[in-house]
Amino acid sequence: MKIGKINYSELSTAQKLSVKYFTVAMVLFLAQLIFGLVAAWQFLAPDFLFEVLDFNVNRMVHINAMVVWMLYGFIGAIFWLVEDESGVPLVGAWLANATFYVLTVAVTIVVLVYLFVQSGPGDAWTLWLINEGREYIEAPRWADIGIVICMVAFFYNVAGTFVAGRWSGISGVLVLDLVALAGLYLAGMFYTTNLPMDQYWWWWVIHLWVEATWEVLVGCIMAWGLIKTLGARRRIVTTWLYVEVALMFGSGILGLGHHYFWIGTPEYWLGIGGFFSALEPVPLVAMVVHAVYDAGRHSFRSSNHPALAWLIAHAFGNFIGAGVFGFMQTLPQINMFTHGTQWSSSHGHLAFFGAYTTIIVAFIYLTIQRLRGDVWMSGDLHGGWRWKWSLGLLHVGMVGMSMALLIAGYEQSFIERAMGGSTWQAYFDGQTQPWFIQAMWWRMIFGVIMTVGLVLLLVDFVKIGAGDDRPIRAVPSEAIPEPEAQSEELAEAAAGS
Amino acid sequence: MSEPGIPTEWWASENFWRKCAIFVTGFMALVLVLLTFHTLTVIEAGSEAGRVPAYSVINHRIGYVMDDEKRRMMPVIGPKAPLFGEELTEAEAMALVDHGKLTVQARNCMNCHTILGNGAYYAPDLTKAWLDPGWGNEQARELLMTMFLKDPPTNARTFGTGRRMPNQELTDAEVRAVIAYLKWMSAIDTNGFPSGFKPLPQGPLTEAPQSQSGASHALGTSPPLAQPRRPSTKSPPPLASAPAAGLSMRGAT
Ligand code: HEM
Ligand code: HEM
Ligand SMILES: [Fe+2]
Repeated sequence: MKIGKINYSELSTAQKLSVKYFTVAMVLFLAQLIFGLVAAWQFLAPDFLFEVLDFNVNRMVHINAMVVWMLYGFIGAIFWLVEDESGVPLVGAWLANATFYVLTVAVTIVVLVYLFVQSGPGDAWTLWLINEGREYIEAPRWADIGIVICMVAFFYNVAGTFVAGRWSGISGVLVLDLVALAGLYLAGMFYTTNLPMDQYWWWWVIHLWVEATWEVLVGCIMAWGLIKTLGARRRIVTTWLYVEVALMFGSGILGLGHHYFWIGTPEYWLGIGGFFSALEPVPLVAMVVHAVYDAGRHSFRSSNHPALAWLIAHAFGNFIGAGVFGFMQTLPQINMFTHGTQWSSSHGHLAFFGAYTTIIVAFIYLTIQRLRGDVWMSGDLHGGWRWKWSLGLLHVGMVGMSMALLIAGYEQSFIERAMGGSTWQAYFDGQTQPWFIQAMWWRMIFGVIMTVGLVLLLVDFVKIGAGDDRPIRAVPSEAIPEPEAQSEELAEAAAGS
Repeated sequence: MSEPGIPTEWWASENFWRKCAIFVTGFMALVLVLLTFHTLTVIEAGSEAGRVPAYSVINHRIGYVMDDEKRRMMPVIGPKAPLFGEELTEAEAMALVDHGKLTVQARNCMNCHTILGNGAYYAPDLTKAWLDPGWGNEQARELLMTMFLKDPPTNARTFGTGRRMPNQELTDAEVRAVIAYLKWMSAIDTNGFPSGFKPLPQGPLTEAPQSQSGASHALGTSPPLAQPRRPSTKSPPPLASAPAAGLSMRGAT
């Protein structure tokens, strides 16, 4: 390893795969923002690209690029930690590589079809070949099947590697969570005439992903990240992970009911959904406590400052974007008026960014540190302004945009929903209100700020650590117990109880 | 947190929380599965519960009125008022609505509009589009909806936003199917969402004594082209067969 140089050829197969997945993820992230900007501009100038690249196409690419790049980010992170955590090399290196290329070619074809074919006649062929027309999971059925096959191959690699090596608390949770995550995707893979039935299962995928299985997945990644950047003690981190799983699934699974208020499903969901989803912020508070406690305990002396900063951004972003902004509209009495307005969009943006963008970025910094030969990434970085400015611009952009959307949402809830009774006329009364229009302008401005932040972030990814010859700071560690030692402890504890 | 070497309290131990996590997750998943079984029977189209109507509801006039007992708005299924004057069997109605839903998915409507409040926020919600006062009145509605869907940019009102719906190049069959789908959708009981919505003026929602002729007059369309070929078991839908007193028409009159 040469410090400060690119050491790609010295990485293991799994680590090389991470680099590939992260690279595609960042390309898609940039695409996401570009299509978001076009869609946002169409709010202000509706004739822009009218009947060429309509709003629904841009929006679909915007949110699909997001879902896919985040999944790529998770896969990249898991490949990165699997060998370290299991203690053995990846079991199916060839398969893993093949899967990456198949998946990436499939994603490319899907996006090209979205852009150039866009839609089709009202029959099953369109759903199989072009577009399923269901928000977030628009990918046509052939791609669904391909995705599932790739996921099985990925799962085989991850679980197989842990089986060949050693298990730990983190890997146990991770593997079970992956089973649930992949299984849930199947709930979105069928067609029915019955719209309430359609939306019932559709939310199984969307909600039980982002508010249950994805949260637990990033909990695992976070746990591993805290051990690596701070040298946090494994036993404490693992215990916290279990606490978070209990709280997250305890509230999030039945919290699903907050999407069953108005889609034709029975009235008991008003109570169940309202109650359990109102508890969903609790685990997110626990995660903030966890991260800040650990960081504080180690006096913020980390081996990787940018990664730690983004991990802390994750803890707060998750709590505010998902916890606070979700909670604001989760009681049915409020949701009746906010449902399907810019409130949802405000929360959706802040939550996805705060919870998932942040942690993937943090992880990419860990990857780059290794790629650069375990280079120094603590204080006094050469060009350290770049990571700080990109972090700042991305956050200013995102927070500003969410606030603008929230104001638009308030206005819409009052004028369109509460006063106007949600007719078409009332909808447009809301959309032409000066406050709404101003909010759309602010969203646009903050969107541009975000995009500048992203470009700077990508530049930083390329440049950080280049030409620096200081080696990584060793984490001033509480000793990290080996996982084996741990499982012995566990066995003793189990036997004793 | 305990210091290394000092035994952890049971409530802070890894083992305790691992068991907790497994138990809580298993229990919640079980409850969700049980609720799902129940919900799926309730939301079957045309089920007893009456929340999701049979597809042949498109043969009837549909209202949306305040229910005084529940203090929320409820769809009400009124007398016969067949879509495009053509009465369909349950199977035919289902095929038509199905084609409508396929078309709505194939044209990606949900990435501009919301449907039952879910989707995108660039264009109005479609949940009660069939009942929207913007269509003027019951007599004009089918024609106006057809004209609009055949050529949205030309017929767009945009209400000062400048936002027009792009032409979806719908075929005649797709247009009819989409309208059928929207009519069926407007009869789903959505627990009062959207609240305070006032539908366009329509004929009576209760069965008049000489119901059949009364209904088709009120519609102003030609009398039904076809009589129901086979009375379906699921038609008329449960709400219509409920005693009129239970339907609470107060809001509509
Ligand atoms: C990281 C976690 C989360 C993410 C990524 C997320 C994302 C989203 C998104 C994108 C939507 C809009 C869905 C649509 O397009 O219709 C949504 C809706 C919603 N979310 Fe979240 N969410 C998260 C966590 C939460 C939490 C913890 C709560 C509650 C405390 C919550 C409450 C809600 C509610 C009530 C809605 C429905 C909004 C409506 O009625 O239109 N979310 N969420
Ligand atoms: C340049 C920055 C961005 C701009 C201009 C932008 C713009 C937009 C627009 C115009 C929509 C459609 C909203 C509607 O239907 O009215 C949208 C939806 C959405 N965007 Fe973005 N976006 C940006 C960045 C992001 C980022 C960074 C994320 C997440 C990490 C994100 C996640 C979403 C989600 C989840 C939705 C669907 C929301 C919902 O249905 O409630 N966007 N965005
Ligand atoms: Fe949710």
